[in-house]
Amino acid sequence: MLKSFKSILTPIIAVLLGIIVGTIIMIISGYDALAAFTALWNGAFGDSYYLGEVIRQFTPYILAGLAVAFAFRVGLFNIGVEGQFLVGWLAAVWVGVAFDLPKIIHLPLAIIAAMVAGALWAFIPGFLKARFRVHEVIVTIMMNYVALHVSNYFIKNIITDNKDKTDMIKESATLRSPWLESLTDYSRLHWGIILAILSCFVMWFLLERTTRGFELRSVGFNQHAAHYAGMNVNKNIILSMVIAGAFAGLAGSMEGLGTFGYATVKGGFTGVGFDGIAVALLGGNTSIGVFFSAILFGALKVGALNMPLEAGVPNELVDIIIALIVFFVASSYIIRIFLDRFSKKEVK
Amino acid sequence: MDFVIEMLNIRKEFGGFVANDNITLQLKKGEIHALLGENGAGKSTLMNVLFGLYQPEQGEIRVKGKPVNISNPNIANDLGIGMVHQHFMLVDTFTVTENIILGREITTGGRIDLKKAEKEVREISERYGLAVDPQAKISDISVGMQQRVEILKTLYRGAEIVIFDEPSAVLTPQEIKELMQIMKTLIKEGKSIILITHKLKEIMEVADRCTVIRKGKGIGTVNISETNPNELASLMVGREVVFKTEKTEAKPKQDVLQIQDLLVKDARGINVVNGLNLTVKAGEIVGIAGVDGNGQSEFIEAITGLRKAESGSVKLNGNELINHTPRKITEAGVGHIPQDRHKHGLVLNFPIGENMVLQTYNKKPYSKNGILNFKEIYKKAKTLISEFDVRTPSEYTLARALSGGNQQKAIIGREVDRNPDLLIAAQPTRGLDVGAIEFIHKRLIEQRDNGKAVLLISFELDEILNVSDRIAVIYEGKIVAVVNPRETSEQELGLLMAGSNRKEAGEHANA
Repeated sequence: MLKSFKSILTPIIAVLLGIIVGTIIMIISGYDALAAFTALWNGAFGDSYYLGEVIRQFTPYILAGLAVAFAFRVGLFNIGVEGQFLVGWLAAVWVGVAFDLPKIIHLPLAIIAAMVAGALWAFIPGFLKARFRVHEVIVTIMMNYVALHVSNYFIKNIITDNKDKTDMIKESATLRSPWLESLTDYSRLHWGIILAILSCFVMWFLLERTTRGFELRSVGFNQHAAHYAGMNVNKNIILSMVIAGAFAGLAGSMEGLGTFGYATVKGGFTGVGFDGIAVALLGGNTSIGVFFSAILFGALKVGALNMPLEAGVPNELVDIIIALIVFFVASSYIIRIFLDRFSKKEVK
Repeated sequence: MDFVIEMLNIRKEFGGFVANDNITLQLKKGEIHALLGENGAGKSTLMNVLFGLYQPEQGEIRVKGKPVNISNPNIANDLGIGMVHQHFMLVDTFTVTENIILGREITTGGRIDLKKAEKEVREISERYGLAVDPQAKISDISVGMQQRVEILKTLYRGAEIVIFDEPSAVLTPQEIKELMQIMKTLIKEGKSIILITHKLKEIMEVADRCTVIRKGKGIGTVNISETNPNELASLMVGREVVFKTEKTEAKPKQDVLQIQDLLVKDARGINVVNGLNLTVKAGEIVGIAGVDGNGQSEFIEAITGLRKAESGSVKLNGNELINHTPRKITEAGVGHIPQDRHKHGLVLNFPIGENMVLQTYNKKPYSKNGILNFKEIYKKAKTLISEFDVRTPSEYTLARALSGGNQQKAIIGREVDRNPDLLIAAQPTRGLDVGAIEFIHKRLIEQRDNGKAVLLISFELDEILNVSDRIAVIYEGKIVAVVNPRETSEQELGLLMAGSNRKEAGEHANA
């Protein structure tokens, strides 16, 4: 069996398995499975509004996935995407409300502010890892909490006067597009998707085609050999976290400048950063893989909203079914083993 | 004829690359049968076929005359085939017994009956003269003992045929002697042995017959009593092999490397390199002889920038290089063939081609303005692969997939190609076959003849005596003597390495 064929077949089988098990569960609990999955499909791809919402949803997923994948390729677990995402969101909105500038300056400035904020947030664990060998998983997890509460404080006490929500960003800083919205039946689709796709390309090019990427990959595979070859291991560790943080910060600006146009005080994490871990792992930590797995996650997330409305399936059951599909996709390793066995037998 | 195992006309391909081509190996009951071949000749592939890890495309395997289909290692185990791997498969934090019963635990009511298992292990250990303590922790026993645990493991599982994969590669000379004795005891007790090795000395000592394979092809089987090391070597390599490396008189010129009062601490804070002085001139090979653990590794790491030196001076062509970064040292004109090729020498998950530019990727023509030029990188790789006879399916193959000897040739190609003023070779031939060793020695001498300085570190006295123009003996982090290889002997060197002073050593050696 061809390798490329197998890598396409594996996720398809995984999704099918998720649907089969989900069907069994729905039949047992007395719901119409066919109607439920039709509702899932319709809710994701049924009309242009839903399609627009799916794209809007997977835009930050792509960037959060890249933020995890990029660090992973250099041998680091970036669990701090959520925090980097939150500070990026905050920075973008702050710049968006605080200045009055022409769009050509204001929008890029807000986006860059988000990337810088995310990068700085990720620099801290990167620096601690490089300088003192403090494990990045612990630091990034803690930085998530710090980010959550610090950004809440900023919103409440500095950007607004004790309000739970900032003002809307200025028109000159928005990623929104009336044209894209009207094209998709007034979904919240915005220009961010272009940036996300561009970022996939940037990650691929940086890692696979540049000398810097050669160093980053060397450090990721074998720090000792990288050191022997004269590369600065610590510098590359910090750099990888900074770049990963910039992707995460950019993801935050998608919400701040695109989907919402403001920032709110949050009671808990948004989950985008954590979903990014799943997106990256499912996508094999490559930029093209992250792109496709983000689409899957985005479609499930948006499509699921339609299941209670159209098929009467309760929210809790919807969560279980979505989790099952993700579970089978994530354990696609098992499926791959079976496919390997199968193709071996064919040879005989 | 009474064969316990017959592998007849085995053929195994990996996507067009023929690893085994029509190889036949017949193992008689109660013999030690050596399997000889260069690195990458296909020895491991053949044994993996026997062990059920690979399926052959053609050929037949018979056990005690009956054709069998070994589709996985469990079947091999059931047929009484056991393997002692080169890299041990042991859990460090478990005891000997726990490791041996792992996967075959005897339980009574859900609890492991360690007492009973220990008794059984002790019985087997005594019967075969292995002298293993069943209660010892793996992390507390020597490498030689760990190997015996591996042997015990196969015996405990009822192996009649034991395969040894390069068993002596990790052992000290004393441990090798004991291993040979153990093999003979195994034979006496009715076992049969396949010994994979490329050390001719060992084959001559213990084996009854020897099957030679070369570049994946079966060359034939010879009786050890009717052959000699030279014949075996030429069968293996396919041409005459010169054991004594031919070289002309060295013509040393100016000092290239000057080391003064070098002090290096290890992780525990002990001065493992303790005031070392050494000079290497252009056009000579200086060999460092010493028993492992006398500061050799730390010494090399310090002068190549991989480890911090406490004090002292390391000058290359008169320029101070102590505690400079590896890159500065590399670019100042130092080539380094590292002791541990997997840890330092290669990024195993990179294609072999990209490993060829591990230090020069940021230089023209391999990159321009920070963008890699893969065409140039792989062009260079292709040249080096053919020039240094690296056997690989292609330059895009992952370094991981190459055999040890070919990995080493790739590293040497890369380091020599940069044409450094000083080439540091740390154990450059460890684990390699005679053909590769000869090739590497030639290259080192070639560098010397081109007027470069070469520093060779090796635990093999043969190698030091053969290749060096001067020998510096290291003992407890100091160079305790510098001798001329033509005016010394193994005995004298051995005594110097053990800490005797020059005069005593000379007297003892003469006595």
